[in-house]
Amino acid sequence: MITADLHLLTGAYAVDALSDDERAVFERHLLDCEACAQETAELTAAAARLGLAVTETPRPALREQVLRSITTVRQDAPGGPAVPRASGAAARNRALSRWALAACVAAAATFGGTTIWQHQRAEDAINRADRAEQATDGVTAVLAAPDARTRVARLADGATGTVVVSHSRDRAVFAVSGMASPPSGKVYQLWFDDAGTMRSAGLMAPGSGDQTVLLKGAVDGASGMGITVEPAGGSDRPSGAPIALMELPA
Amino acid sequence: MKEAVHIGANPATEPDLEELVGLVALGDEKAFASVYDIVAGPVLGVVRAVLRDRAQSEEVAQEVLVEVWRTAPRFRADRGTAMNWILTLGHRRAVDRVRSVEAAAARDHKAALLARTPEFDEVTEQVEARLEREQVRRCLRTLTEIQRQAVTLAYYRGLTYRQVAEALALPLGTVKTRLRDGLIRLRDCLGVTA
Ligand SMILES: [Zn+2]
Repeated sequence: MITADLHLLTGAYAVDALSDDERAVFERHLLDCEACAQETAELTAAAARLGLAVTETPRPALREQVLRSITTVRQDAPGGPAVPRASGAAARNRALSRWALAACVAAAATFGGTTIWQHQRAEDAINRADRAEQATDGVTAVLAAPDARTRVARLADGATGTVVVSHSRDRAVFAVSGMASPPSGKVYQLWFDDAGTMRSAGLMAPGSGDQTVLLKGAVDGASGMGITVEPAGGSDRPSGAPIALMELPA
Repeated sequence: MKEAVHIGANPATEPDLEELVGLVALGDEKAFASVYDIVAGPVLGVVRAVLRDRAQSEEVAQEVLVEVWRTAPRFRADRGTAMNWILTLGHRRAVDRVRSVEAAAARDHKAALLARTPEFDEVTEQVEARLEREQVRRCLRTLTEIQRQAVTLAYYRGLTYRQVAEALALPLGTVKTRLRDGLIRLRDCLGVTA
């Protein structure tokens, strides 16, 4: 489907009149098209009014059934969209810092063209983070914060990184899955990106490709985070270009 | 962002749904009961409009309400009202059910479509007769005939735009456009701001 056609699908999407495939294509388009994202939000709200207009009174028994069944249903961890929705196109369109561009070039060189690819599906990584046995109180507190915001990125080599930020707590959590081990004698170090200046946010534990880490220190207005490969023990500043760089969720 | 859908005639006296969903996100079962009381009727109404069968509608409505509980921690108030979120979820699940039933029946697509759509004039009237909100009824009347039919068949009957095109014997592009400009007109008439 060409882009010009996609812009016309806001109405069909708002009333769930797209096939599953078209819906997926359109949702991807929404990530990059602020105009459609806005229009879709408005038309979805208009469609909801059609729903409100046909309110029916449920049998009282339904209330008992629902209230009973929720007592056995575990709630999701915060973060990620509750329903597929447009969002964040503006945030993604923000110009990447020079550091980020360097990172992309470096990643392309190192991993054969794979660069950071963001999408909105946080479920897997977040659920895993939620389950993670090593989750400390700090991790849990960030994930459970009412203002927790999530961003997922596909990292090089098929790894997936999820960063969750709570601005009220001013802390961030990074969860990664499927990450290759660092070269022998090296560690992965995490960094906050303060407008191009990197500030250490601690080391990842060696030997596990799936882990959830509370970033060391306050977010303090950082716009992104990155990962570098450093000598064991870590470094005061990145010794090379980052292997991954993610914008923090707004 | 929050003025799009008011619940009840006097929203000021109603509990704030966003606030309640925020409490539900923290596992507050009492707050969920209040959310239920506000949204169960609209959810059932949406699902029933699409599915029609009462028992099946209650089943899907129950699934939707439990999903509200489960996914409340992911609700983002900055992306629209809680009512919009919940009704969107309800409509999506009802449509999913209609389509899975269609697929499971493994009927000829056309036969299934014909079984559901020849009486669309009647469908449209029925839906309008059931509208409880005078404003929505009035605004639906501001749509052109084709806009209204397309929007009504898609939303209240869960048809894809392809099925709508077939039912109304219109080109696909026309249906896409009419769904869009019809909803835009509805949005403007209702003063919806998302
Ligand atoms: Zn667009």
